[in-house]
Amino acid sequence: MTSTSMTIAANSVPRIGHGFRLQWEEAQQAHVLLYPEGMVKLNGSAGEILTRCNGTAPVEAIVADLEQRFATSGLEADVLAFLRMAQERRWVEFA
Amino acid sequence: MSAAPNEVASAGGVGPPLWLLAELTYRCPLHCVFCYNPVDFARDEAELSTEDWLRVLGEARALGAVQCGFSGGEPLQRDDLEILVAEARRLGYYTNLLTSGIGLNEERIARLKQAGLDHIQLSFQDSTREVNDFLSSTRTFDLKRKAAALIKAHGYPMVMNCVIHRMNIDHIERIIELAVELDAEYLELANTQFYSWAHINRDHLLPTREQLQQAEAATNRWREQLGTRMKIFFVVPDYYETRPKKCMNGWGNVFLTIIPDGTALPCHTARMLPGLEFPNVRGSSVRDIWYSSEGFNRYRGTGWMKEPCRSCPEREKDLGGCRCQAYMLANDPAMADPVCDKSPHHGVIVDIVEKAQAPRVEAEARPLVFRNRKESKELARPF
Repeated sequence: MTSTSMTIAANSVPRIGHGFRLQWEEAQQAHVLLYPEGMVKLNGSAGEILTRCNGTAPVEAIVADLEQRFATSGLEADVLAFLRMAQERRWVEFA
Repeated sequence: MSAAPNEVASAGGVGPPLWLLAELTYRCPLHCVFCYNPVDFARDEAELSTEDWLRVLGEARALGAVQCGFSGGEPLQRDDLEILVAEARRLGYYTNLLTSGIGLNEERIARLKQAGLDHIQLSFQDSTREVNDFLSSTRTFDLKRKAAALIKAHGYPMVMNCVIHRMNIDHIERIIELAVELDAEYLELANTQFYSWAHINRDHLLPTREQLQQAEAATNRWREQLGTRMKIFFVVPDYYETRPKKCMNGWGNVFLTIIPDGTALPCHTARMLPGLEFPNVRGSSVRDIWYSSEGFNRYRGTGWMKEPCRSCPEREKDLGGCRCQAYMLANDPAMADPVCDKSPHHGVIVDIVEKAQAPRVEAEARPLVFRNRKESKELARPF
């Protein structure tokens, strides 16, 4: 199988999936993920995670950044769960 | 209708058009027997100019449209396609090209890539040269395979579309194999919906129940085998359903279609509906068209419904189905879509489906009608 079935580790580096585009949509007041003939309107936390999937930051850095931004801790499990779901849907892939 | 357009808009909280479908031209090198272009597409009407399209792209984007599909006919027939794609991409659209692949060569795809085109959907008519070429009345199978190779070579996700019907549904596994061979990421197996040319050729195209069940089972086996490698969409022919589809995800809800002459429609076949004026982008702004025109407001929401839709607990779920189908099969666009088994006209669908179970129905039917200008002019009717 391809990288789509690999396990996500703290040092895995996610990026937006091939053929997908993430952008802020003023009319919807939301981040959206655009892909061939479709669109997902993202909720706030999904948008925060995906905007950090830039192909250079590893998962642990993304978690740390989010925890700092929202002055909280213990987000790793939630972020990993989201990224697993996102990977299944090809929203993200891992370098 | 009693409600004025503005009342509908304010009461229903109409959202922006998220999808702009730019049908650039009805010119097409293929002559497919299931084409969804209007039967009278060959009425002599001037296509919108490049400048008109550029203005439409800007106005729709300003309202919030974010997906843009360039289709037709064959959109590659427009030699300003690259200009339109570049502008759409610059405006922030995700740009989709829906093509037969005819006219796509190394030079053209390189220019489209440079213009920022995001995605290409390539249509096939069958897995075999014989059937593909017969159904499209052309010799195009090898050209399509070349187009598929170009699409992959230029780093595009490969979305393959094949319209499925009685004459090719038994080849469904070979069609899936072709998609695997071409390394497609997505495969749309879209059973024919019976509008326009497919409506004329319905006796030839509606599969039997058994064909459909076998095709679905085969598709599910391949889905399991392929896992996440390829995503397969299987669209059922709605004549086999007992509840209607939420057509276009709701009238004037998400989709804004502009046809080659600039007429704006809630869906590509809506112009067939009687007693309804649709605005043209040559004379109206996209904002006025979307929010204030009678054509877009008439069947928005649920206020227009008659019984049994009006009191149906599922009315919000499917919005009464398809207005064109209600018109074609029940002679009134405000009736329930006859696909629904609560519709007093559902018997029409039952009869058509029953007739399709008979073997060799093709032999008794009239000959297939290929989509071309000559037939279009002779038939001279909207569906």
